[in-house]
Amino acid sequence: MAVINSTKLILDLVSCLVLYLIIGLLFSLLTQAAVLEEDRADVLYHSYDGGGMKIDGPAILLRKKASESVALSAYYYVDTISSASVDVMSTASPYSEDRQEGQLGIEYLHEKTIMAFSVRQSDEDDYLAKSVNFNVSHDTFGDLTNLNIGFAFSDNEIKRNGDELFEEQSQQYRIRAGISQILTKNLSIALNIESVADEGYLNNPYRTVRYIDSSVPAGVGYQSEVYPNTRNSFSTKLSASYYLPYRAALFLHYRYFSDSWQIDANDIELSYRHPFGKTVELELKVRYYQQSQASFYSDLFPYQDAQNFLARDKELSDFDDLTLGLGVTYLIPKQFSISDWRSEASIQWDYITFNYNNFRDPTEEAALGEEPLYGFSAHVIRAFFSVYF
Amino acid sequence: MLANYLTRSLLVVFLISLFGLAGCAQPIEPWVKPYERQNLADPIMRTNRHPIANMHVAHVYEARESARGSEVTGGGGCGCN
Repeated sequence: MAVINSTKLILDLVSCLVLYLIIGLLFSLLTQAAVLEEDRADVLYHSYDGGGMKIDGPAILLRKKASESVALSAYYYVDTISSASVDVMSTASPYSEDRQEGQLGIEYLHEKTIMAFSVRQSDEDDYLAKSVNFNVSHDTFGDLTNLNIGFAFSDNEIKRNGDELFEEQSQQYRIRAGISQILTKNLSIALNIESVADEGYLNNPYRTVRYIDSSVPAGVGYQSEVYPNTRNSFSTKLSASYYLPYRAALFLHYRYFSDSWQIDANDIELSYRHPFGKTVELELKVRYYQQSQASFYSDLFPYQDAQNFLARDKELSDFDDLTLGLGVTYLIPKQFSISDWRSEASIQWDYITFNYNNFRDPTEEAALGEEPLYGFSAHVIRAFFSVYF
Repeated sequence: MLANYLTRSLLVVFLISLFGLAGCAQPIEPWVKPYERQNLADPIMRTNRHPIANMHVAHVYEARESARGSEVTGGGGCGCN
């Protein structure tokens, strides 16, 4: 019932926004044209280290205008993963793998409307995701308002390493829409909504749940997770950007999320960007996230096959996390740049602490179901170089 | 309950904006003129100032949190077993 309501709501909202977009187009025929973003190239090294997982690798983003109205983009990203996380250590062995992602996009500008289309592929040993993405954005009302709407479809193949016979599929559909509005000469706000619908095999094929089993000496048994074959979610994000009188920027984001697995989540982020002279920009960020657990989640089930759906994935449990972030960008003076191209070097560091409220650490010595609650912290680093040409 | 709340709040936003769009026929006109937008046009005000970094941030959170959607970085398929 909730799924039907949610789908109807999305359809209503999308119809409203399509109508809105058409009206916007009609009213803006006499006004001046928008422009595509400037050409740029970014090279990035990223690193994540926390909770027994180490992930790092490079990424490249290229963006080039082919004409005044067409821009092309390409993105390549690599994750090199070595994992000995708590999920892995309790029932399996540490592993390492690579994930590669590629994306190609094209943007077309007509008057005040930008249409963007992209294809994307993410490939790892046991997971192949292929997706297409389409977005339209339109400036209207004297360019005080921007409207956007988008669709995405993803087709995924899931395998399990060490099990040649295992092969599952899933699909994901996304519909999104948004409005951003300039309110004063120093303040703009935006409202974005997105609905995501998944169907197919949504489990993690390696993870298990644990249950009380008095027939074995350890008193605990393990069985595979069982997830529903569908998941529908809806999110709303409100953002505000404010220009401070001494040339600094303040950003506030709030998002509310809910899904058909009874997970409710909120996140709020405040960030501040402050330039020093003409060459340095400092960024500070604080973000808090909180979610409730899925209806079929339990840290310890009372017996085997205790319910139709079973999960002990910590990402589906009740938890919160806090991010503290610091970033510095150095705007390289022109005399040191290649061909007078403007360039920047940046480094960003995030420190994230995760606190699980109903996920216990089974690697700790304690009575079954009375182990300490799990928690960990992670360091996330991004170092990147950007050239505008 | 949530659906009602969202429908109502979005309808209000939609109607307010629609009145704004009707500016050609109504006395409501864009109240921030193009020459008054130099502060908002300052590069430090761009939320997507570092797109490659934002894509990584979104990926880190989407792999570890259940919430998804309403980000500006697109998406579709996680690949995060």
